[in-house]
Amino acid sequence: MAGLGHFNYWVVVILMMIGFYAVIARGNMVKKIMGLNLFQTSVFIMFISAGKIIGGSTPVLREGVTVYSNPLPHVLILTAIVVGVATTAVGLALAVRILEAYGTIEDDELIDPAEQSPDETQPGMSSGKGDTSA
Amino acid sequence: MRTNGILRVIARFLIPLIMLFALYIQFHGEYSPGGGFQAGVVFAAAWILFALIYGLDAALEVIPERAQFVLACLGVLLYCFVGLLGVILGGRFLDFRPLLDSPHAAQQTGIVAVEFGVGVTVAACAMLFFTFFARRKREIDAAEAGDDA
Amino acid sequence: MLFAIYSLLSAGLFAVLDAGDVALTEAAVGAGISTILFLAVLTLAGREERPTRGKNRLALAVVVVTGACLIYAAGDLPDFGEADNPVQVHVAPYYIEQTYADMGIPNMVAAVLAGYRSIDTMGEAFVILTAGLGVVALLSVPPRRRRRKHKPTQTEDDS
Repeated sequence: MAGLGHFNYWVVVILMMIGFYAVIARGNMVKKIMGLNLFQTSVFIMFISAGKIIGGSTPVLREGVTVYSNPLPHVLILTAIVVGVATTAVGLALAVRILEAYGTIEDDELIDPAEQSPDETQPGMSSGKGDTSA
Repeated sequence: MRTNGILRVIARFLIPLIMLFALYIQFHGEYSPGGGFQAGVVFAAAWILFALIYGLDAALEVIPERAQFVLACLGVLLYCFVGLLGVILGGRFLDFRPLLDSPHAAQQTGIVAVEFGVGVTVAACAMLFFTFFARRKREIDAAEAGDDA
Repeated sequence: MLFAIYSLLSAGLFAVLDAGDVALTEAAVGAGISTILFLAVLTLAGREERPTRGKNRLALAVVVVTGACLIYAAGDLPDFGEADNPVQVHVAPYYIEQTYADMGIPNMVAAVLAGYRSIDTMGEAFVILTAGLGVVALLSVPPRRRRRKHKPTQTEDDS
């Protein structure tokens, strides 16, 4: 197989798929946002592990160190982490408003109480039905 | 949590230390891992700890909501101002070289100023997030109590 | 709670992978701010979720197929940690060698972030500000009369 040199990518893929599953399979909106965060973190791990040199050290210039790990992915991921928390905060604010408007954050229950036709709950991916007429 | 003695004692000890650590990360960010984002988030974490233990109202008296708004905008404005200063003094946008005479000092000053702006914005925004989320429960309860009355 | 532990673990992972700045940021942001926000929302929404109806086989199948494709594709990527990986030899040596000469500060990550690539960091500050404004705009509307649909959900506790 690919051998031990790629195990960091396997870890990343496993985490990414867990996050992906949380986004598409759960109806609870807060779970979906958590799944998104999990996905994001796995991508960060991928970049950082790609930039590492075995035997190198933190990219801060100092005495006695000759090999440094690549600083460029670190810059990228710093920005990405902060943007991720911004997105999470706005997503959670939206979830709070949806909760107040409809009384629930479960995807399947988000039917407008004005129309009485229940679009019936399929056990499959219900992520397309969260449209709020807000 | 105000009545829990252990928490209060530890918080009284820790909160100033955490704020000091945030300032250290901010300004020492050139020599060790750190910089604006980390410092801003750690500072906001200290304030949030204060709000958790002593109550949101007490925390809002320390740094009122109005101040959080203003600080968030001021941080970004500081960043843009440093950039424009580069243009005014003859270089390009966000060019640090025209700021001072020695090129190293100019870059360092520019970087410190810019990171400070980012740190202030991040801290203020994190505090804003917490304030608005934490007040929601109270507002919902007030709205429901107003309903049932 | 598990989320906070996960964030701390990934911060530890970053620290082991020589990413000091990133570890600090992930620890502070993930285990601090994100967790606080999730806890605040869960206080409003109720800790338990409605149990899912049936098994979600389609989602599981999609996830497994995607994961398999990704692992297969990862076989072409360079090995972990080799010093002659393509990512290490193009632009990075310039930054590692020239940062002290250009900027005079030892922290290469801060030098690139705020010196060589300032405009991106300005954009990021704007993103944070916009998120703050968005949250303020969304949550400064006082809640209306609640419709009588809210039923606290029971059983499964997943946090």
